[in-house]
Amino acid sequence: MKKTIITMGLAATGLLALGGQAQASTLEDVRDAGQLRCGVSNGLPGFSQPDSDGNWAGLDVDTCRAVAAAVLGDADAVEFIPLTAAERFTALQSGEIDVLSRNTTWTTTRDASLGLNFTGTNYYDGQGFLVKEALGVDSAYDLDGAAVCTQAGTTTELNLADFFRANDMDYEAVVFDTSEGSAQGFDNNRCDILTSDTSQLAALRTQLSDPDSAVILPEVISKEPLGPVVRQGDDEWFNVVKWVLFGQINAEEYGVDSSNVEEMTDSNNPNVQRILGADGNMGEILGLDDDFMVEVISEVGNYGEMFNRNVGPDTPVGLSRGVNALWTDGGILYAPPFR
Amino acid sequence: MTTDPRPLRPGRPKPWNDPRVRSVVFQILAIAGVAWIGYSLFQNTVNNMESRGITTGFGFLNETAGFGIIMSLIPYDETMSYGRTFLVGLANTLLVSGLGILLATIVGFIVGIARLSSNWLVAKVALGYIEIFRNIPLLLQIFFWYFAVLGALPGPRQAVNVGDIAFMSNRGIVLPKPIFEPGAWVMGAGLLVALAITVVLAVWARRRQAATGRIFPVLPISLVLIPGLPLLGYLLMGGPVSWDIPALGGFNFRGGITAIPELGALLLALTLYTASFIAEIVRSGIVSVSSGQTEAALALGLPARRVLRLVVIPQALRVIIPPLTSQYLNLTKNSSLAVAIGYPDLVNVFMGTTLNQTGQAVEIVAITMAVYLTISLAISLLMNLYNRAVALKER
Repeated sequence: MKKTIITMGLAATGLLALGGQAQASTLEDVRDAGQLRCGVSNGLPGFSQPDSDGNWAGLDVDTCRAVAAAVLGDADAVEFIPLTAAERFTALQSGEIDVLSRNTTWTTTRDASLGLNFTGTNYYDGQGFLVKEALGVDSAYDLDGAAVCTQAGTTTELNLADFFRANDMDYEAVVFDTSEGSAQGFDNNRCDILTSDTSQLAALRTQLSDPDSAVILPEVISKEPLGPVVRQGDDEWFNVVKWVLFGQINAEEYGVDSSNVEEMTDSNNPNVQRILGADGNMGEILGLDDDFMVEVISEVGNYGEMFNRNVGPDTPVGLSRGVNALWTDGGILYAPPFR
Repeated sequence: MTTDPRPLRPGRPKPWNDPRVRSVVFQILAIAGVAWIGYSLFQNTVNNMESRGITTGFGFLNETAGFGIIMSLIPYDETMSYGRTFLVGLANTLLVSGLGILLATIVGFIVGIARLSSNWLVAKVALGYIEIFRNIPLLLQIFFWYFAVLGALPGPRQAVNVGDIAFMSNRGIVLPKPIFEPGAWVMGAGLLVALAITVVLAVWARRRQAATGRIFPVLPISLVLIPGLPLLGYLLMGGPVSWDIPALGGFNFRGGITAIPELGALLLALTLYTASFIAEIVRSGIVSVSSGQTEAALALGLPARRVLRLVVIPQALRVIIPPLTSQYLNLTKNSSLAVAIGYPDLVNVFMGTTLNQTGQAVEIVAITMAVYLTISLAISLLMNLYNRAVALKER
């Protein structure tokens, strides 16, 4: 009998501990773990996809690696956690991941009511339509009555409904839980059109059995700023993730890349000196080492390198910089200054 | 060796030594412990969500959903609320589960009986069916029917054409849709009257057989009555039904009723998978009936089909019903695999899209769990009532 009472007491103490979970600092947690847990898409060429050896690559993956390089000094200290669109926010809210870098659109609802903070935009996108060339459709306004494959729980699904309603057209939404599922549905002719962000369409097109049989229609029906997301209520961590991306964009603007970063630490350009920690205490005020951007640039590269390596014109995805060019090159990429 | 010097005291022991008092106290403690765990989990969740700035509550159910759903049994469009998407998903789940249970029972009984057939070929074919479908994961079977079988159908423009009124393509089966005009109620009334007569007739025939031993042909009569009376109503009212015939327009067929391929694939997979288990349950039930019963019935001169229907199956049901209930529950819960092929069931529409658009994970998961629990308990209750009705009555 005594044994039972002791066991029950122990169980109760354990539960008390469980009930009183303290709000911890994500930056400290990541340092203690020695690893960044990063939520990524479960397979989208150019953004996040594992190769045959299980190594993840892509623009969103590089964004995770850049944060790991800044915080831990090692771009490979990342555990990639593949998530479906429907799982991603719950995984971040519940603390299963430290940062979500999964082609996620920044919207009011998500920013304000889900307990999340968007740290910036690593790809400015817009929603488009992919259609089989054989159907002979050349405008999104000729799609009345079409069956449309899309992914569950995305802004895409809502924009689709808005677009067809606004133009007084009917459609049939065939909704899959993964982007591959929707691409497969399109490939199998379950639907006439595949809709998603145009960058994703370009990526998914490479996975079709005959990529040349499908074309992306010219209309872009929405704005989709995609970027990394963190939990609300941890400003220190929010700042770290935000400024790693800003740092990469600034580095491109000032010509700092992975091949010249060592020499550039001796640069006499004050902007470069501040970015690379040769002058000022930018790292310290963020809770990092002052030369954290040296680590990021040498291991992952600046924004332009990251873009060209994963989704640029020379990759299978083959996207042009477009609006994602720096503001100095006529694009809209404009990061606040390191100062 | 010492003996206890204290004498045995008569009457009740001290409360802390009384096993009855102890058991009550510990049960109260256990319940209090469980309640406290539940409460602290709830509080912890609410506190954490508050501190992270996550909106809580059920207000989201009244907000505009804004997304399309491919199939709904109740009127739905994008301007309706998230509460409505819940009902659409629920209706679709109930539809596929209900049809699945009905079809799986029919197929399962046929295969289970065939498995015991004295015809070697029939028995082996049934065995092969059971072993194949029982041993392949359900999700693979769903993918197989969806992508390999239904996905291989031609597109709408090359659809399989049945007499220019029905079409089958990879967008589903399109059938003419009846449009009931004023006066069509007479047909409905005819159907109700025919059903009522059949029930009365069946009860009367059973009583008469019990009293006199004479058999009345209820089945043939009802087979004439049930289509006959509505048809009579149709003719009397001068044909108050017109048909909306589907026609190819633009991308797909317009008009008519469409059965989407997602429903077909899910239903096929659920039916064939569950039926293979039901077949084994039916077989074990029949085998459990002593062969003496069959021999006695045959000795009375009953034909083999009647032996099965009147002697063997009623006794086998006592063994069949309890495991059959859990197969029905499995089928209902397995229908949530719908999400893999995009059939808009409750999990896909509500726990997938709605959850993701609103972010109200805790509320939506709780509602969904409550729904599945309710459906499961309802099935259990009905099956237990039925089980009690067919159980061996000891007199």
